[in-house]
Amino acid sequence: MSDETMTLFSPRLAARFDALVLKYPLRRSALIPMLLYAQDEIGYLSDAAIAEVAQRIGIPELEVRNVASYYSMLRFKPAGRYNVQVCTNISCMLRGGYDVYERFQEELGIGHKGVTADGLFSLEEVECIGACCWAPAIQVNYDFHEELTPGHVPGILAGYRGRAEAEGTVFHV
Amino acid sequence: MFRLVSHPDEVKIVTRRFGLGAANIDRYLELGGYASARKCLAQGPDWIINEMKASNLRGRGGAGFSAGLKWSFVPRNSTRPKYVLVNGDESEPGTCKDHLIFLHDPHAVIEGTIIAGLAIGAKLGFIYLRGEYRYLLEIMEKAVADAYARGFLGAHIFGSNTEFQIITQTGAGAYEVGEESALMESLEGKRGIPRIKPPFPAVVGLYGGPTVINNAETIATVPHVIEMGAEAYAAVGTPRNGGTRLFSISGHVERPGVYELPMGYNLKKMIYEVAGGIRGGRKLKAVVPGGSSTPVLLPEEIENLGMDFDQVGKAGSMLGSGGVVVIDDRTCIVEFALRTISFYQHESCGWCIPCREGTDWLKKSLTRFHAGYGVARDIDNIQYIAENMMGRTFCPLGDAAAMPTLGFVKKFRKEFEDHLNGKPCPFAKHVELAVI
Repeated sequence: MSDETMTLFSPRLAARFDALVLKYPLRRSALIPMLLYAQDEIGYLSDAAIAEVAQRIGIPELEVRNVASYYSMLRFKPAGRYNVQVCTNISCMLRGGYDVYERFQEELGIGHKGVTADGLFSLEEVECIGACCWAPAIQVNYDFHEELTPGHVPGILAGYRGRAEAEGTVFHV
Repeated sequence: MFRLVSHPDEVKIVTRRFGLGAANIDRYLELGGYASARKCLAQGPDWIINEMKASNLRGRGGAGFSAGLKWSFVPRNSTRPKYVLVNGDESEPGTCKDHLIFLHDPHAVIEGTIIAGLAIGAKLGFIYLRGEYRYLLEIMEKAVADAYARGFLGAHIFGSNTEFQIITQTGAGAYEVGEESALMESLEGKRGIPRIKPPFPAVVGLYGGPTVINNAETIATVPHVIEMGAEAYAAVGTPRNGGTRLFSISGHVERPGVYELPMGYNLKKMIYEVAGGIRGGRKLKAVVPGGSSTPVLLPEEIENLGMDFDQVGKAGSMLGSGGVVVIDDRTCIVEFALRTISFYQHESCGWCIPCREGTDWLKKSLTRFHAGYGVARDIDNIQYIAENMMGRTFCPLGDAAAMPTLGFVKKFRKEFEDHLNGKPCPFAKHVELAVI
């Protein structure tokens, strides 16, 4: 992008993008990582974010939407600042994953893909996250929490509330 | 922190550096790291491929294809660039071994990738991690940067005239991308839709060039094969099944964990001795031996079952990804089958109709059935749908959904019948599963 004032990307993200595209035999190989990194920074794939990624890669926006809609971690609406992803797949299910999920629903007052009114938390029931031997497990954004019982839920949420207070209102993933 | 476990029966080859700080490059070198890559650089491609063939190392992703044979299929004199692709999109439910490899021994993945590159004459390798493994991607990125700084990667690896570069790549959430051709599509910045085969990736792969794709565990094993020597490695396992396997044991056992055991290790012993038996002194009802896509086995079927590709195949299931999911007698098999098919329904990419429609119908049928609204003919119908998905799709996801479903219906028919005519589920608390 020639006009830096038009960009949604932070200088750090823009630099990351510029370094990434140079590495690949084809520029388009940067698409999926860039969508995820842009989402990490902006919170979701807004129309403007999609337009910017499309322009930087050099493909139509429609192509970007087509690809982005395939990947379950990419989203087109804002999630909470802390996105709680509870695995209920077989290994977690056998060790109480649904009980953990229910407790999160009760504590947060939201269901699958819900966002709390203050925007602090969102909740998702997710498929296997690769922590089967330490089940039940969850991820909050990219942090794993494993070997959980429903009793751990209030403490986990309090930890993130405390972190939000300490970090202030700046969006941070 | 993800607890490491240990048992005296383990043969620690791939896991020997776990917990020893080997993510640090100096520590990795102290522990013998990068000696295998140097040796391979000196010996050349024919020697490497012969060693790999002789080691009987078979693909750890699930298919169990000989790694050496796969590498030998890459044409020597290709006009197109060749690539190595490491599949770290670990997403088969019940499997979490690559997670520990990336966490504890990232340089083994890099070293294995270099060796694969030397074997096929590639100058570029990709290490692809599932998007959820962000902290592991950061560990891998650091390890790759350190390897570049030492000159182990770059235009002149280990001071030679050979070039080898590595790019780490994140996914963004898709089980299907673990399939090799879908993985290549994803790396090319597209939806993870499988390609029809042939041509196989060894001939036409990433960017149209010959490509070797191996599971992260297979690649991390390669330096150890070179270090030990192919014969010594092969001798650890059973005939045609070289070495060890990282078994992810989960579910209703006392000590779940990732255990490295010789190929052919008895499954019953694995559950009762290595993993400490069934939690709370309950009884074993069933075991899924190799990740959620492999057909379930009954307690009487595991008595003398050695866990290698051939023996588990003969027993009517698959060794798959080595994800052993243990199920106790308080579990509803219909609910378990429903949760399994819900996963495949969610993950089907929708490209092939038998998979897209089949997983959807199976999920609908099992949901209705488990809720107590099933009718007798549903049982045969579930079997009929599953049978008609088998072998009719581009990639193995259709089979992966159909095979376990057939296993559950055939082996637990009575339990399905117990759900008929509005009877409540005799086991489950969660009659209506949330729809993902």
